[in-house]
Amino acid sequence: MPELRFTKDHEWVRQDGDAATIGITDHAQNALGDVVFVDLPEVGREVAAGEACAVVESVKAASDVYAPIAGRVVEVNTALAENPALINSAPTGEGWFFKIEPKDAGEIAAMMDAEAYAAFVESQA
Amino acid sequence: MADSDSLLETPLAGLHRALGARMVPFAGYAMPVQYPAGIMAEHLQCRSGAALFDVSHMGQAEILGEGAAAALEQLTPADLQGLKPHRQRYALLTTMAGGIFDDCMVANLGDRLFLVVNASRKAEDFALVEAALPPGLRLNILADRALLALQGPAAEAAIAPLAPGLAALSFMGVARAEIGGIPVLASRSGYTGEDGYEISVAADRAEALARLLLAQPGVQPAGLGARDSLRLEAGLCLYGNDIDETTSPVEAALTWSIGKRRRMEWNFPGAERVREELANGPARLRVGLKPEGRQPARAHTPIQAADGTPVGEVTSGGFGPSVNGPVAMGYVARAQAGDGTPLGLLVRGKPLAARVAPTPFVPNRYKR
Repeated sequence: MPELRFTKDHEWVRQDGDAATIGITDHAQNALGDVVFVDLPEVGREVAAGEACAVVESVKAASDVYAPIAGRVVEVNTALAENPALINSAPTGEGWFFKIEPKDAGEIAAMMDAEAYAAFVESQA
Repeated sequence: MADSDSLLETPLAGLHRALGARMVPFAGYAMPVQYPAGIMAEHLQCRSGAALFDVSHMGQAEILGEGAAAALEQLTPADLQGLKPHRQRYALLTTMAGGIFDDCMVANLGDRLFLVVNASRKAEDFALVEAALPPGLRLNILADRALLALQGPAAEAAIAPLAPGLAALSFMGVARAEIGGIPVLASRSGYTGEDGYEISVAADRAEALARLLLAQPGVQPAGLGARDSLRLEAGLCLYGNDIDETTSPVEAALTWSIGKRRRMEWNFPGAERVREELANGPARLRVGLKPEGRQPARAHTPIQAADGTPVGEVTSGGFGPSVNGPVAMGYVARAQAGDGTPLGLLVRGKPLAARVAPTPFVPNRYKR
């Protein structure tokens, strides 16, 4: 399985063939607390890198989730409507948010790897 | 947001850190928003067992001297002269314009009144009270006391073996007691909709008391996050969100806190506005709101009538773990305030279907 890449907004991206799967990191779900609702983008929407395109609501607050890369949304995780707690229990697995067909796959390679992201989180503490 | 270096700490700060709490700034204090269990688990723990909250940031004071109740009645529409010894009552401090200066608890301890006020308002409240006291009466601010809230259906069973006298208190009863040898002033009250106690204790004994209570079966620590979702499900107001100097007691649906005698005397601050709104109805009313589906509507969400006309704003909203769905409260035009009225809550530009709903959202379980 290809390795995860990370953003400073605490999203992860994984290139799976033509599409890139996107979710929020374990650090992000832990900071949010119990997730109770997710507002996902429409399939087919064209998004720019850094554009707010999903909202995750915890008991306490609502937070935007940004498209880490430019492209077209090709699938969303419909299981989250019934079970948003998957984001807490499996943030980089069953708790994924949406898939994007990237405009430029090179954008993903330029993002932080796990080690760089860990160092970034540490520096924010 | 306040610089974290300048935040005040409660006497339980060390305990919170030892328990792994996540601390956040609230009303100038570093307070635990949650412990490792999380807001959802802490909320449900309070509804099914017992939860211990640190509410030491709240202001505690006493008024000493003859005629304290009559003196404090100058600032509130509550009937304080009719408050029996060892009983507590919810009271609003009102402004001359009929707004709400703060909400608070007042207890009659026989030889004095005991006050608990909001952390965010305590400096203003105490200045107001001090200025209103005639010669011979004295406000004694109890800055060296902590306040713990033990809330939930298991609260009585947790406290009974330690202080049998407190198990016998009824809702809004107040007593001095010793818990494990620690002197306390306890009331059978709280702000979660559950049975329980609020316990005032000397700051230097607070951690020992908290550790003793946490060692009782069924008691777990809970933070401000759970306290907020619990009070919202219970339909209780948060000062600064749901009530403030612009909202009147009638608009806020807190008319029940105005004493019968006071409604004949009309001699409290803002009586003119309250009297007019009671006679003719207020322009807007605080109501419960139940959004359809699972999406929460937060504070400041605009409220629309079914035809899209703006009719008000959400003042508190979130997810109710016991309701297992979103709950909110807010102000709407009186014509839209009837239970079941369909409304739209404008969340991120889209109207979320909701209805006016009776509060509390979860039946309260006070020990009557």
